[in-house]
Amino acid sequence: MTVQVEIDEALAREYEAGFISDIESETFEPGLDESVITRISKMKNEPEWMLEWRLGAFREWLKMEEPDWALVDYPKVDFQAISYYSAPKSMKDKPKSLDEVDPELLRTYEKLGIPLIEQQMLAGIAVDAVFDSVSVVTTFREKLQEAGVIFCPISEAIVEYPELVKKYLGSVVGRKDNYYSALNCAVFTDGSFVYIPKGTRCPMELSTYFRINEQNTGQFERTLIIADEGSHVSYLEGCTAPQRDENQLHAAVVELIAMDNAEIKYSTVQNWYPGDENGKGGIYNFVTKRGICHTKAKISWTQVETGSAVTWKYPSCILKGDDSVGEFYSVALTRGRQQADTGTKMIHLGKNTKSTIITKGISAGRSNNSYRGLVKMAPTADGARNFTECDSLLIGDKCGAHTFPYIESRNPSAIVEHEATTSKVSDEQMFLCRQRGLDPEKAVSMIVNGFCKEVFKELPMEFAVEASKLLEISLEGSVG
Amino acid sequence: MSDNKSLLTIKDVYASIEEKQIIKGFDLDIKPGEVHAIMGPNGAGKSTMGYVLSGREGYEVDSGTITFDGKDLLEMEIEERAAAGLFLAFQYPVEIPGVSNLEFLKASVDAIREANGEEPITSSELLKQAKEACKQVNLPLAFLKRGVNEGFSGGEKKRNELMQMLLLKPRLCILDETDSGLDIDALQMVAEGVNSQRSPDRSFIVVTHYQRLLDYIKPDFVHVLADGKIVKSGDASLALELESQGYAWLETHKDEEIEG
Repeated sequence: MTVQVEIDEALAREYEAGFISDIESETFEPGLDESVITRISKMKNEPEWMLEWRLGAFREWLKMEEPDWALVDYPKVDFQAISYYSAPKSMKDKPKSLDEVDPELLRTYEKLGIPLIEQQMLAGIAVDAVFDSVSVVTTFREKLQEAGVIFCPISEAIVEYPELVKKYLGSVVGRKDNYYSALNCAVFTDGSFVYIPKGTRCPMELSTYFRINEQNTGQFERTLIIADEGSHVSYLEGCTAPQRDENQLHAAVVELIAMDNAEIKYSTVQNWYPGDENGKGGIYNFVTKRGICHTKAKISWTQVETGSAVTWKYPSCILKGDDSVGEFYSVALTRGRQQADTGTKMIHLGKNTKSTIITKGISAGRSNNSYRGLVKMAPTADGARNFTECDSLLIGDKCGAHTFPYIESRNPSAIVEHEATTSKVSDEQMFLCRQRGLDPEKAVSMIVNGFCKEVFKELPMEFAVEASKLLEISLEGSVG
Repeated sequence: MSDNKSLLTIKDVYASIEEKQIIKGFDLDIKPGEVHAIMGPNGAGKSTMGYVLSGREGYEVDSGTITFDGKDLLEMEIEERAAAGLFLAFQYPVEIPGVSNLEFLKASVDAIREANGEEPITSSELLKQAKEACKQVNLPLAFLKRGVNEGFSGGEKKRNELMQMLLLKPRLCILDETDSGLDIDALQMVAEGVNSQRSPDRSFIVVTHYQRLLDYIKPDFVHVLADGKIVKSGDASLALELESQGYAWLETHKDEEIEG
């Protein structure tokens, strides 16, 4: 058997999170206009200002064009064919604790390897679980409250902490920022809200799991994390969806605010359904993630992207304050017919700001994997530095890897470094591994894991293990 | 000439790479504990035979049989052959960036144990064995944490191969020109490593172009390979004869294969 055949077989592997949960839902009929937005706002008992904000975004969105500059190819999304709200029926009277949550929902999360009850017991991670359009449950809230940390569904924050939300929502990713973010502003349904008070180190990892279950629904979550002066938080995000023949839309917006001397570490393991071998079905993942760093603050994005049919995602940092630091570590694996166009933007405004970009793109099957990144040095960014390393690994000979680095430097004292490599999983490497007893799947997964090591070491421990396992699963069948 | 005690029996094997026949009627019988040296000019098919035995893709066996420990070797996948105890020390070991030597050793040892129905090795036991092996092949312990062959010198790579051999404890070791590119000290060290592993139930095929390795690893048999088949077999003295007279005195050669 040739290496290519082995790899193709390994890639033909099934998606483990592809099951559908049988949960009675209350779902809006497909379609989008101002009345739908008004209904969403009503469902969430939002104040008037929030509805106005949404409608303003919607009106902007109507004037905008869907962007086409990314190296991805997909049929036009029919925004009128999507349902913009779906919630498990049992959520109508929101459960106060885990005991009141629909057991079927809990089972869904357990199947996904996120046993909420256990998480709550095994002190360590506080979880917010978002199912379709609503947050199902947030664990550990009392304990976090003792530390002054707010971790709750954003729909609740809008009602409970309107001043914070009003001040920061849309402050990093404005309503007119881009096509998908404008849409998100108009129709977002839930997501997580985090506030870490001054000088506080969040006592545990915070985590949100997103699950799209209902057919023909879009998930538009909104996450807002505010780390006040001198505080520190590590936040994890995981995503899965059932296996369906239709494409589903996921257009999220994440905003991070790191005040002076604060630090936010944001890690994502994205495993949305990627579609089948021939590109049927799968999630369109059009996400806007951006953070702002004030003086001496630091934001670190780490992402492991293995799912979605199409990924369009550029977690970015605005390094506004002097001496602030931005980091982006990324592993993006594409297989089958997946397409990923992902990277980052580092906008250096302050003096002596630093950014590091390390990306590992792995392409297999007939997939296309692109890195697109912008490093911008403003005239004010004296002594700013950037280091970028983009490595691509090809498995087989029908896939593509592309690198689009954009560098704009308007300050002569700024230093920008860019390195890029492309390599292949070679016959020699496969042969060595197999001669030492490893089957082809283990061999590929070991080689790929080695390739990604620099990024995995940035992930929190439990996530690193999960990410490495996910890669292994995603690569299974990529060899035979 | 083979009997049921043989570890490896190769009978009249013809093999090709990309339709070009390289091995043309190869016979060899190896019993447990024996050390066989295969010598011959460049292009005679020495390395090819190692790849054929280990099952490398692209090396097609056109006819003939190979029996390993009573089983049809040609029916086995590469990793099944490894699990059965066949080990190839590479002439040019490849790098696997980011995968530490220790990780690689653990994965290999466990894969082979699993295939043989054994429990995985504990990390502490593996570490203990790996440290001993490091010492034996004179590699600093820091090499265990480095990527497999990543940035290693030629000699370090060869010693790393040997370290893998020490941990995997194979039944048949094929050393493919392990002496190439080694200075005399490194050569001695590699030879010592090999000699320490000689035992009544472990056999070796030492593929080499030069006689000098055989000063340190004393073979039981020496075979001369030319144009894809063994043209002469003898004891260790045959190697000395080759050394003094060169391959030119072999009659079956073609002119362009004469070297050294």
